[in-house]
Amino acid sequence: MMSQNILTIKNLHAAVADEGKEILRGIDLTVNAGEVHAIMGPNGSGKSTLASVLAGNERFAVTEGEVSFQGMNLLEMSIEERAARGLFLGFQYPVEIPGVSMASFLRLAINQQRAFRGEEPISSGDFLRLMRQKSEIVELGDKLMNRAVNEGFSGGEKKRNEIFQMAMLEPKLAVLDETDSGLDIDALRVVATGVARLKRPDNATIVITHYQRLLDYIVPDVVHVLYHGRIIHSAGKELARELEERGYDWLIREYGDNA
Amino acid sequence: MEEREIIENAAQGEYKYGFTTDIDTHTIDKGLDEQTIRRISALKEEPEWLLEFRLKAYRKWQTMTMPDWAHLEIPPIDYQDIIYYAAPKKEKRLKSSMDEVDPELRATFEKLGIPLDEQKTLAGVAVDAVLDSVSVKTTFRETLAEQGIIFCSFSEAVREHPELVKKYLGSVVPYTDNFFAALNSAVFSDGSFCYIPKGVKCPMELSTYFRINAAGTGQFERTLIVADEGAYVSYLEGCTAPIRDENQLHAAIVEIVVERDAEVKYSTVQNWYPGDKEGRGGVFNFVTKRGICKGENAKLSWTQVETGSAITWKYPSCILAGDNSVGEFYSVALTGNRQQADTGTKMIHLGRNSRSRIVSKGISSGFSQNSYRGLVRVAKTATGCRNYSQCDSLLIGDKCGAHTFPYIECGNSTSTVEHEATTSKISEDQLFYCNQRGISTEEAVGLIVNGYAREVLNQLPMEFAVEAQKLLALSLEGSVG
Repeated sequence: MMSQNILTIKNLHAAVADEGKEILRGIDLTVNAGEVHAIMGPNGSGKSTLASVLAGNERFAVTEGEVSFQGMNLLEMSIEERAARGLFLGFQYPVEIPGVSMASFLRLAINQQRAFRGEEPISSGDFLRLMRQKSEIVELGDKLMNRAVNEGFSGGEKKRNEIFQMAMLEPKLAVLDETDSGLDIDALRVVATGVARLKRPDNATIVITHYQRLLDYIVPDVVHVLYHGRIIHSAGKELARELEERGYDWLIREYGDNA
Repeated sequence: MEEREIIENAAQGEYKYGFTTDIDTHTIDKGLDEQTIRRISALKEEPEWLLEFRLKAYRKWQTMTMPDWAHLEIPPIDYQDIIYYAAPKKEKRLKSSMDEVDPELRATFEKLGIPLDEQKTLAGVAVDAVLDSVSVKTTFRETLAEQGIIFCSFSEAVREHPELVKKYLGSVVPYTDNFFAALNSAVFSDGSFCYIPKGVKCPMELSTYFRINAAGTGQFERTLIVADEGAYVSYLEGCTAPIRDENQLHAAIVEIVVERDAEVKYSTVQNWYPGDKEGRGGVFNFVTKRGICKGENAKLSWTQVETGSAITWKYPSCILAGDNSVGEFYSVALTGNRQQADTGTKMIHLGRNSRSRIVSKGISSGFSQNSYRGLVRVAKTATGCRNYSQCDSLLIGDKCGAHTFPYIECGNSTSTVEHEATTSKISEDQLFYCNQRGISTEEAVGLIVNGYAREVLNQLPMEFAVEAQKLLALSLEGSVG
């Protein structure tokens, strides 16, 4: 049985909105339910831009191509609609919102998403239960939940908080943008096992990373190498280890000419 | 607190309190002279000493000019084109039984969320409801009287407790204080009076709700609060006005006396009609609020949430006369469209080891101008004092202005005065982060602003805090996009 398609990207081009400088230069990618894709590549290859464009960040303008998300045209949706339809972006640099508790932030997010889908708001009791249950996944204490969104969080706490939000919002597609960067080995384990535990047959994950080490915990079905705005090579999970050992130069020499 | 609920309410937008009550109103003729003052005094059946006080104030006012040092553009005000007294035509309106309050008035206050029926009111809040120039109803008077607490309209206090009024009236804000204080002292109509006797902790929140209704009238109310030794009271003030094209003048005085070991918390949610998008109409709000911490260990805390008025000129202040006395000022001032606000505080340290704390959060959007102006003065003899001031400004959009004017005068070397200030904008990154979680931009702005104002909102009594949060979100409607 063919698994359900979550995301199909065809010939996606995108540029920095103010400058017109093209960063994505023809991305093709298909992600089906139940899959984990890793996107690797050297600095400046366009990995984070791809994540931002999928989420709808207006700093970038799509100049060409199509993106279908669960059969719908993703590029026509507002940022909030993408979120409500199940797209989650794990931020590389999560933003602080002083004075706004994690609880009120997430409750608003959940209820806004529910309202979009025509569902009733979550009850206080259910919300608290959900918070308690999901905070265990990333080994976050209750105390963190009463703190303001990311305010005064350590780097590791911020990343764990991203995964916690992902757990709360139960997306169809999570795009994790270098969630592993700046993490010590314990935090990395917590984050990675958290992601692995959230994997289900009906959702999918795109993990953007520099390092093989995250992929020891999150085993990808496919590894893609992004270089100069294009995916130049895709292969199985063993590619990640090979990249760790040999770097990117050999790949660029072999496949990079079409980039 | 439920940000969620706030956001839902915000969707309704606009100024919700802009309706007019169609009620038979007794007004006197426009204009101001000695006759006007005698007329007001006569209508209120006042004693001779009070008329004298008014006349002295009026004569002083005639020699004064409007202050022009604030960062405000004030259009000329024709003081002869204002009605100085307007009252709903109903005898017996001051009686305590609910049946005797005009149904139309009762409905007006219910529409504003202020039920005058004691059974319906918020548990633990006593209300004095003032419409135009008169107090319509004061709830829970009997309950409070059992503990010796006096809570009534100013007019009644003049009749029933003249010795207290005489003792304290003008003792904190003399009629000579400033142009608007002199004007108010000459023509003040009604307001609230509150006296908490020695050692009594007031068991409920006391509140005054001010409503301007009649067109072309000024509102000049006067509030006097006295907390005797060791007493405690938490006092709330709310205000709204109908939507009108012309400007309306509001010049109030609040005087607070805090005796030894007593504490007064005074909270305001000011939501006078701010004018429309183009800056037409709106209330001119020139208010003198001041309290004195007379004895040792007295404490006075001001908290204000200012969202209304076309122009706000207001500096709730503390005179810290008692040794070890404490003054606090927590403020959120939000301006949008063409609103102008120049607001802050004065902390005058006269007592030794007195302490003060100022937390001011300004939020400007649209084409508005928002200024913090604050004075911290430590007298030579007031040794060991401490002040901490924090003034933050948040800008929404690039057409508005935020300004900070701190004045610091420290008269000795054993005192410490600290001032911190920040200016920030709601960042694109914050909005994108909220959007990505499914929160729309307008809701995100409400959330971020409420978070920014949290430290001040936390000072408000619970029910008021929820109201204030809703109000902030509501006032931000349409400020982005």
